[in-house]
Amino acid sequence: MDELAARFPYFMIAILLAVGVWGMVGKRSLVKKLIGLNVLQSAIILFFINGSIRDGGTVPILFFGEHANAEEFVNPLPHVLMLTAIVVSVAVTAVALAFLTRIHREFGSVDEAEILSEMEQQA
Amino acid sequence: MAAQLPALIPVPLLVLSILAPAVGMWRQSLAFWLAVATIAFSTAMSGWALAHVIAHGPMTYALGGWEPPIGIEYVVDHVAAFVSLIVMGVALAVVVATRRMAEQEMQGRLGLYYSLVLLLLAGLTGMIVTADLFNLFVFLEISSLAGYALVFLGGRRGMLAGYRYLILGTLGGAFYLLGVAFLYFGTGTLNMGHTLEILSASEATTSIAAGAVFIFVGLGLKMALVPLHLWLPDAYTFSPSSVNTLIAPIMTKVGAYAMLRMFLSVFPEGYLIDEVPIGQALVVLGGIGVVFGAAAAFRQQDIRRLLAYSSVSQLAFIAIGIGLATPLGYVAALLHIMNHALMKGTLFLAVMAVRLQTGVSEVPALAGLGRRLPITAAAFTVGAIAMVGVPPTAGFFSKWYLSIAAVEQDLWVILAVVLVSSLLSAAYLFRVLERAYLAQAPDISHKAPETQRNKLPLLGVTWEPKADVLLPLVLVAAATIVLGVLNVAVVRHVLEPGT
Repeated sequence: MDELAARFPYFMIAILLAVGVWGMVGKRSLVKKLIGLNVLQSAIILFFINGSIRDGGTVPILFFGEHANAEEFVNPLPHVLMLTAIVVSVAVTAVALAFLTRIHREFGSVDEAEILSEMEQQA
Repeated sequence: MAAQLPALIPVPLLVLSILAPAVGMWRQSLAFWLAVATIAFSTAMSGWALAHVIAHGPMTYALGGWEPPIGIEYVVDHVAAFVSLIVMGVALAVVVATRRMAEQEMQGRLGLYYSLVLLLLAGLTGMIVTADLFNLFVFLEISSLAGYALVFLGGRRGMLAGYRYLILGTLGGAFYLLGVAFLYFGTGTLNMGHTLEILSASEATTSIAAGAVFIFVGLGLKMALVPLHLWLPDAYTFSPSSVNTLIAPIMTKVGAYAMLRMFLSVFPEGYLIDEVPIGQALVVLGGIGVVFGAAAAFRQQDIRRLLAYSSVSQLAFIAIGIGLATPLGYVAALLHIMNHALMKGTLFLAVMAVRLQTGVSEVPALAGLGRRLPITAAAFTVGAIAMVGVPPTAGFFSKWYLSIAAVEQDLWVILAVVLVSSLLSAAYLFRVLERAYLAQAPDISHKAPETQRNKLPLLGVTWEPKADVLLPLVLVAAATIVLGVLNVAVVRHVLEPGT
């Protein structure tokens, strides 16, 4: 049981990953695909952050004159990486939303099947 | 200055991509010259780096003065300098040749367009020179974002293609990042060389294997490995002509290069064969992709779509070369990266020239092209012959090396795949050539509808494009033959020391 509890975060991350991929691939609405994308990216961010945790570790700030012992701190590197990953994710989301507004103005819909059928009619 | 060379390849592109919109607002035409000057500079730096590497060995550069493995490291070795020179050289030719097309297609937005082009190239060259797994992800996303936006510019159909490309491409990026997470928690480092040391010294674990699989799927999406190629045909067909001429020869090649990097400098030798069957997966999926891509290309009516499926087929060749995981296999893969960039560059430039002059791109409409645009048609023929693999064009030699590498491993079935696909490529490309050279030009003066009459050129008139379109086309086509003849020199001095 303890074993299971210790792995709880990994199960949650795996579920989030699956939800994200399902949203991206299985949903017809282009907006829901984007939401799936964001869920997937959040799952990866959580995975990195979860890996940085150390039992009894504290914030990685070195006070003046103190001796640094890496065992006492959580790993700060994944946090820094994820700051960058969040920036990337925001940029992707912004570009996708810009695309969506243009698509909606052009087709009057964000449903993939409706857009495709309208393109067929045009052609 | 030689010590700064690794950074001098991507950084100017990145900086000037930010300046380009402002320059474009001031003077539209200046944006083009700014882009060309920047790309020419990066090409020159790549060439210099290649010469330097051949003479003095690989170069490393610690970004921001932080010593690796803590800081981000850029490494330019034989392979990186070679791929960088190919990518930038082809990009330079394409950007010069597509000036008129871009002016037509990007009315009033040339500054933004060239900004995206520079951003795309900055991302691609960054992926080539970086030796840091996370930095590779960032550059991957930079180049992809620019790519999505460029594809999106292609009108109504381009919009949906661009959005789908964004969703699938970001899925690939996310899988790659997830793989890096497994690798980082397994080794505690992000530096490629350091990862290699740690993995060589320790036992294989399942978490590293899981990371390798995620990285494989992520980069497989980027290099359009079957069955992860679904974004590619639409993205190539519906994007603007100036855009697909640029992205088709170079973009997927860099994905393939990143995959090769994993074999060369991240995982120890044999790791991706013995511990995780990724090499085998690449060979099997590559073998399927080679035949599938060629067969699908045969059925296409639109020539851009035909060339897109042919790209799927050719990239599968590169995948097989990487997956064999022998020095000869790597040489074949790298040589094919170069050859395919040149061949696809020639073909897409020729198609772009035809579209610029006549507005058509369907295979049946190409009838009589050989007489109306003789030089363009000749260049297309060179590209097509190279694609089939007729000696002495470049395409023959990479297939030759790949066949030897496969036979070395007793994989005779690959030899059969190479032969079948060459026949299929001959079938689909000669279908185009037959229309262009042998078919009677349609009499369009009376029967054709109004719209078509305006698009199709008049009979008996040469409609060859201007010299600034023709010259890059002819140069790239000539390079396909020259580098084919010189392949021994390329292999001996560049590829063999690098792999």
